[in-house]
Amino acid sequence: MTLPPILAALRKHKAGVVLIALQIALTLAIVCNAIFIIGQRIQRIQRPTGMNEGNLFLITQMWVGAPTGDDQASGDKMDSLLRTDLAALRNVPDVESVTAMNSIPLLNSSWTNGVSLKPKQQHSTAHAAFYFGDENMLKTMGVQLAAGRAFTAADVQHRSFRAEDKPPIIIVSQALADKLFPGGNAVGKSVYIADNTEPSTIIGVVKRLQVSSADTWTNDFTWNTVLEPVRLNSNFSRYLVRAKPGRLQAAMKESRAALFAANPMRVIDDSAEHNSIRSFADIRAKAYRADRGMAILMSVICVILLAVTGAGIVGLTSFWVGQRHKQIGVRRALGARKIDILRYFQTENLLIAGGGAVAGIILAIGLNLWLMQRYEMDRMPVLYVLAGVAVVLALGQAAVFAPARRAANVPPVVATRTV
Amino acid sequence: MFHYYLDLALRSLKRSPGLTVLMILTIAFGVAASMTTWSVFRAVSGDPIPWKSSKLYVPQIDMWGPSARGTNTSDPHWGDPPDAMDYGDAIALMRDHRATLQSAMYMISPAVVPTRPGTHPINVSGHAVFSEFFPMVDVPFQYGSGWSAADDERRAEVAVISGNLNDKVFGGGNSVGRTINVEGRDYRVVGVIGKWNPQLKFYDVVNTGGFYVDQEDLFLPFNTAIAANMRNDGNTNCNESPKQPGFVGLQQSSCVWIAYMAQLDDAAAADRYKSYLTGFTRTRYPQWAPNVRLHDLPDWLDYEHVVPRDTKVSLLVALGLLLVCLVNTAGLLLAKFLRRSGEIGVRRALGASRMAIYAQFLTEAGVVGLAGGVFGLLLTGLGVASVGVVLPKEIADLARVDVTLLFTTLLVAVVASLLAALYPTFRASRVQPAWQLKSN
Repeated sequence: MTLPPILAALRKHKAGVVLIALQIALTLAIVCNAIFIIGQRIQRIQRPTGMNEGNLFLITQMWVGAPTGDDQASGDKMDSLLRTDLAALRNVPDVESVTAMNSIPLLNSSWTNGVSLKPKQQHSTAHAAFYFGDENMLKTMGVQLAAGRAFTAADVQHRSFRAEDKPPIIIVSQALADKLFPGGNAVGKSVYIADNTEPSTIIGVVKRLQVSSADTWTNDFTWNTVLEPVRLNSNFSRYLVRAKPGRLQAAMKESRAALFAANPMRVIDDSAEHNSIRSFADIRAKAYRADRGMAILMSVICVILLAVTGAGIVGLTSFWVGQRHKQIGVRRALGARKIDILRYFQTENLLIAGGGAVAGIILAIGLNLWLMQRYEMDRMPVLYVLAGVAVVLALGQAAVFAPARRAANVPPVVATRTV
Repeated sequence: MFHYYLDLALRSLKRSPGLTVLMILTIAFGVAASMTTWSVFRAVSGDPIPWKSSKLYVPQIDMWGPSARGTNTSDPHWGDPPDAMDYGDAIALMRDHRATLQSAMYMISPAVVPTRPGTHPINVSGHAVFSEFFPMVDVPFQYGSGWSAADDERRAEVAVISGNLNDKVFGGGNSVGRTINVEGRDYRVVGVIGKWNPQLKFYDVVNTGGFYVDQEDLFLPFNTAIAANMRNDGNTNCNESPKQPGFVGLQQSSCVWIAYMAQLDDAAAADRYKSYLTGFTRTRYPQWAPNVRLHDLPDWLDYEHVVPRDTKVSLLVALGLLLVCLVNTAGLLLAKFLRRSGEIGVRRALGASRMAIYAQFLTEAGVVGLAGGVFGLLLTGLGVASVGVVLPKEIADLARVDVTLLFTTLLVAVVASLLAALYPTFRASRVQPAWQLKSN
């Protein structure tokens, strides 16, 4: 098969060729970027928080008419309410362990602050999300300790939600430890939280723990987390509960009853929109809902786009086959085999699609750069463009196959007929 | 003549049904994808209070000074004052009372104890506001009204509740004058809000994050809520940790947690207000040069990036899809029109002008566009109905099919196919009659 006759034929219908090539170029540009967005979103959705996420659920409740917890006396009162709740939950048969925490990963309720190496540093060394909880925090979350030790009951203090945050000891995530002490060995070192002048000593490092929100504003410090051995006293509280394996639903139901039995003057919503008792799977799904939606939307658009382009190629090639009916007959009469005719149309399509793909690569990269500038997208790896090229070339070949086979089946006798 | 072209178009389309269906589907899918994403975009970027948004302003003042500025100077908001107020500034602005109407406000989510026996307490969302909030954002009342400026002053224990909360606590009806128990204190209901639940809580986008599922059920006087120690439920941003603990400590600190809105009736009033803000800041913070901003509401929503970025990117990608569909239709029309070179040759030889050829083929394209539009309308309806699967509820709920969307869909479909048909028609009109007649 030689190219010159194909090129000569293509020159005869420039407009059609240009339109198909343009369509392939645009399709490639959009599909690469869309697939890149889908890939990124799927990566985000699938990343583990660092907790052992199965069998976990969270209770958010509020006491009615409770003291503020601001002064010492009312703080003590609130703490005893909190500990009563913890004891009640611990006694639920299907509960394995329970801890009081201010927030958990992906909940979208955040306490963030700067962490510095020196006191009164003008700009902090790293930004991090803070989790406050008791000695059962690590065990209940199921995070893995990489170095140092976990909190013990003796470490745990309680304070008002709004009191000053000056923890003598903390546990940090590996990512934060690496950022603060690139040399390693963070355990035993001192850091300063916010504008504190008193240091906090790192007693342990956990392997991985995500911050309390999946929103874009946390993208710069997704894995920087600090754990403090503190029960926070406020008019509301959150309990992270690990159910016994396979007993999640039962434990959720029993916990609600147990809390109301311990103290009825509280709010535990159970409406569809405001459920106070939520499984972690539900919290995760809600946190990534927009990402999941974007991935689905982009997939739908990709499918439509590829279908439209494929159908367009089928349509236009069919027209060309019809137009060249007679010439195909002549070629067949002159000795061309069926496979030669098939190859002809396939090669022709490969040339057009190839030309379109070259333009498409430039468009794809241009579109990515523009999205980076306008919408803070990341740079698209070349792999996506190459994959996109493979997809459009394959699409072209698949689309051209049926019309090309019809062309190959044109009998040589057509050459002898006049129109 | 149009009837004749229409007849020709329908005959031609019937002659190659496969190609016709393909073109209609292409247009339909392209239009439906872009219209569905547009309906979402339109919903989230729409003006929440179009009749007076240009009169509503949000001031920003710099209470933290230049030392609080971050290291990221490439941030477009770098050097801007915080987007909320601390307690001291908000109260001082309220005391000066320089705008036509104004209100400082903060988000609350207290517990309400229903009086009916056997019910558990419920958690409600709302705002602590000043009396002028209600006329400023045009809150419609079903019963009663807002409270008075005097109630603000004397920290009256009064409340405005939503119809929703009225149903829940009192079982509906005119509850003005009844008492509602909030966090253990009794408040006298002075107003029940009618149908009013803006999906975009435009008066406080900083704390609600813009689109916020919760209905606002309770409004209490700002000073009363402060006196009752009712904590803020929104964001708190601090440059320095509060010196004193507790909610009182927060009020004395420079932490920002209060939203502020002012109504200024014309541009001159806005200018005067801005120079007042400058003076205000200079007096309160003589240590640094006054750094103030005054955004009108549309400008403020833009500044706060209320429209999710994903919505914009989706719209762009869908428009890209429409463009591809356009190119595709152009290719198919070109094939279809040129296949009929013989027919064109005969018509031209019999005296049809180029204009007549244009009219004939554009009519054909228009018919395809209209059919694509009608089918696209069905798909758009389907798309809008299923955005709930794809988008968060608070945004999906906003997208709806209305007359504007209906007509826009049809218009876009027809205009798109006419655009796609321009070049193929031009080629068709250039067919040389003599050539075609000879070759046959």
